[in-house]
Amino acid sequence: MNILLNGEHREIAEGSLMSDLLEQLALGGQRFAVEVNAELVPRSRFAEHRLNPEDKVEIIQAVGGG
Amino acid sequence: MSQDNQITDPLLIAGREYRSRLLVGTGKYKDMDETSRAIEASGAEIVTVAVRRTNLGQNPGEPNILDVLPPDRYTILPNTAGCYDAETAVRTCKLARELLDGHTLVKLEVLGDEKTLFPDIMATLKAAEELVKDGFDVMVYTNDDPIVARELESMGCVAVMPLAAPIGSGLGIRNPLNILTIVENAKVPVLVDAGVGTASHAAEAMELGCDGVLMNTAIAAARNPVLMASAMRKGIEAGREAFLAGRMQAKRFASASSPIEGLFFR
Repeated sequence: MNILLNGEHREIAEGSLMSDLLEQLALGGQRFAVEVNAELVPRSRFAEHRLNPEDKVEIIQAVGGG
Repeated sequence: MSQDNQITDPLLIAGREYRSRLLVGTGKYKDMDETSRAIEASGAEIVTVAVRRTNLGQNPGEPNILDVLPPDRYTILPNTAGCYDAETAVRTCKLARELLDGHTLVKLEVLGDEKTLFPDIMATLKAAEELVKDGFDVMVYTNDDPIVARELESMGCVAVMPLAAPIGSGLGIRNPLNILTIVENAKVPVLVDAGVGTASHAAEAMELGCDGVLMNTAIAAARNPVLMASAMRKGIEAGREAFLAGRMQAKRFASASSPIEGLFFR
């Protein structure tokens, strides 16, 4: 199925969990936070949050800014 | 930030004491090394960061700003820069809180237009209300309007941060009397945020009685950012001490400093 990940189309397996997607992305020890369709998904729910087709997933981090 | 020994004249924000009254942004630097050297030289304990998309699949070893400025050493102040409505500002704060393990201190800015980067006050009030209700400690960027500042304080913002001049302009304090009125009215810390260009501007803000100054471009866009960071640190300290000392009354005409009495030639 197709999702929109940080603004780009990405094909992932049907019924994927957020934790599956994050594992594929190999974000390692980086600090990040995730929202799906403009709703925050807390870290504690990554393993149970099931993704749906056309979900808009944003993975964010801290960057330099004023 | 060190709580081990007593801080004289601390800056108190959301129940925490700070030694430094200079808050700095972390944008626009040449690289991470320059960022960390400038921030070290500034003596700042509170540093702002922005929240943006992670670069997926690109250079995973690339240092992150939080590696350079570890949250156990600095108070990280995530901002909502780039938000033009209340909803995205609130979303950004929620992401930042998750990113920083439940950290509730945020810098709220909701912008009105790209040319001036002046705050959209209606949207700022709306976002502030929602964030305060949700348990955030909100430091809020606003214009130099005392009425708006008073309203933001009464809503429960932990600090009110009027601009000196447009963000990134370096023009200095355009309306010192309004800043003074805001300071006189406020019970929460007032910090000048944005528009400072050089050390004398920072000193002026502190002489007006501001509790601190938040800046980024004035340091990052200097020819020598590390040296400017040090100058700003001193400007803030000098201005604060001058404010506490209570300046002399200005007079129109001269007043000799040496005694008139005992002159031997008349």
